[in-house]
Amino acid sequence: MSGHSTYQPQSPFMQWLERRLPIASFVYSSFIAYPTPRNLNYWWTFGGILTFMLGVQIVTGVVLAMHYTPNVDLAFNSVEGIMRDVNYGWLLRYIHANGASFFFLAVYIHIARGMYYGSYKEPREVLWILGVILFLLMVATGFMGYVLPWGQMSFWAATVITNLFSAFPGVGDPIVTWLWGGFAVGNPTLNRFYSLHYLLPFVIAGVVVLHLWALHVVGQNNPTGVDTKTEKDTVAFTPYATIKDAFFTGLFCILFAYFIFYIPNYLGHSDNYIPANPGQTPTHIVPEWYYLPFYAILRAIPNKLIGVCALGLAIVSLAFLPWLDTSRVRSANYRPMFRQCLFIFFIAVIGLGYLGSQEPTGGYVIAARILTIYYFGFIWVILPILGLVETTKPLPNSISESVLGKSAPASASGA
Amino acid sequence: MKFQRSILILAVAAALSSLGIYAASAQDADAPPRQTWSFHGPFGTYDPAQLQRGFKIYREVCSTCHSIKLLSFRNLAEPGGPGFTDAQASAIAATFQVTAGPNDEGQMFQRPGQISDYFPPPFANDQAARAALGGKLPPDMSVLAKARSYEAGFPYFVFDAFTMYQEDGPDYIHAILNGYENPPAGFVVPPGGQYNKYFPGGAIGMPKPLSDGQVEYTDGTPTTVDQYGRDVAAFLMWTAEPTLNARHRLGSKTLKMASREATHLRELAVRPAPLEIGIENCSSQTHSVRLVIRQRAANDPF
Repeated sequence: MSGHSTYQPQSPFMQWLERRLPIASFVYSSFIAYPTPRNLNYWWTFGGILTFMLGVQIVTGVVLAMHYTPNVDLAFNSVEGIMRDVNYGWLLRYIHANGASFFFLAVYIHIARGMYYGSYKEPREVLWILGVILFLLMVATGFMGYVLPWGQMSFWAATVITNLFSAFPGVGDPIVTWLWGGFAVGNPTLNRFYSLHYLLPFVIAGVVVLHLWALHVVGQNNPTGVDTKTEKDTVAFTPYATIKDAFFTGLFCILFAYFIFYIPNYLGHSDNYIPANPGQTPTHIVPEWYYLPFYAILRAIPNKLIGVCALGLAIVSLAFLPWLDTSRVRSANYRPMFRQCLFIFFIAVIGLGYLGSQEPTGGYVIAARILTIYYFGFIWVILPILGLVETTKPLPNSISESVLGKSAPASASGA
Repeated sequence: MKFQRSILILAVAAALSSLGIYAASAQDADAPPRQTWSFHGPFGTYDPAQLQRGFKIYREVCSTCHSIKLLSFRNLAEPGGPGFTDAQASAIAATFQVTAGPNDEGQMFQRPGQISDYFPPPFANDQAARAALGGKLPPDMSVLAKARSYEAGFPYFVFDAFTMYQEDGPDYIHAILNGYENPPAGFVVPPGGQYNKYFPGGAIGMPKPLSDGQVEYTDGTPTTVDQYGRDVAAFLMWTAEPTLNARHRLGSKTLKMASREATHLRELAVRPAPLEIGIENCSSQTHSVRLVIRQRAANDPF
């Protein structure tokens, strides 16, 4: 870490502390003097936004937990009690429920940015894999949180998702019984989901620390994908990155607030305001929007076992990107073919999301199959081949050259 | 190039076909016509007079079969609701008999309701309701207005985010109350059911509950089923979302404050980074940014 300046403790107390626990110089070198590429655009602010959202979810979640009762007979009404009788309980709950959606929105943009600018490539493989682990943890946490209000969708989502494990021959049914803590989704299931929903965010926080550690070892990628070479290529994290992160977090919060205050139930499903009823299946069981692409992949495949494996593979595949992408150029700005294929990949994921929300019949299934084939085809076939056959555009010699526009490459990022 | 184009065509075709299919998918019930609601939009608030009329309908008609267990008499006098006074809410409570106890002899007993009580359900339990109503169980109405919706379909659900449409529940309730008709030719209504063109599947268990002139209004509001439907749906929206007024009010304040903050931060964020980087330069920039923030803090309550 070649900082622009080093921390010199001034006061006797800080000097005393520095010799025993150099926490002040650690913060200084990591969040103040830390060199960031000077050409970072606003797509780089989503890491900060995600950290902010994790904090929001933990703070609101801890307060909600003070008022929530994890019992099948009381859970639904305790959530309604929060909405009605807890001071600003409606605000806490709507922040937390919509917060999950916005957490996922931010993480999808963050992942897309990583893919577009090739942030997973050498030397950032571990950083990227930690990110995939974080995403998996988020998926698990979000799912268990959705079960807690114990509405119809909570109950039936828990039933459908846990039942996926029954696809595995032999061990499937014992696993499902073990997950449920019984022979159906019931009170033990709700209790353990509540326990894990409270635990996992702190596991996420721990992995975030590793993610940031790995980031600070290898340094940030940038829109050109060219490594930083001299100090001219970088600026100090504070004030440049902090102000930029704060500004975009502000914009993100405005959108977030719009949902919380004006359309708090837009992203939810009305059936979840019906108390859970094991005797009555909803006409149409759908997960939250952020799982829909994966749900579509699951249903696109007629065999349940293969479908479940494809669902898992859809996320796990991402961890292999550093080795599947054979190109040595990082940024899609200099890879015209990759750029097109990647945008189609993004469209395919959004298309899968829409198909996941619809009944799996007729043309929807066919469309979902085409998009599923593209999803895996892009990762496992197109990426390895593309790196070998693609003609890339000339890279700038350095970040500062690209900023000054000497050779005027396509640095006005199209993303 | 050919390879790219074929992929592009394939993806676009898949995307278009998936969107196009929606139009062909069968709708088994008519979409409820959208009504005008006083609580719609960023500045929407409940109309207390309408909530009082809706409450009258609930009390005189719906409450015969439907419970509203999460609603307390005290809620009637809370801000952002139908605007009854504490004395009025207590008087309403006293007209209900609630089960209390056990007393010193270990017996449950009936007493007039108090303002702190919850609305007593019309039936002791679900089984009693089914036994009395030919096997049908009327849903609890506490959060009914948020528990009912209908599929708006592809382009509309996107527009709805921008128009802040959150009234699908009340629209549906209003539609159901106005949807009783003679069944279309060939539609077989199952025994004990009624045809309702807005009910999924077309056959609803509830007999037509409201007719023109059934509930008396003292404020000159028309006594039509159309108006009854709107009033009771508004009342049910309030019971489902009693904090809506406060939410809309706080929303305006929050957005005003957040946009002001974002504007300030933007001014700082667009400041160009100095090209000559050195310790001195960097720290002086930091210093000036700090100064700007401090000045802002002095001028501005936020």
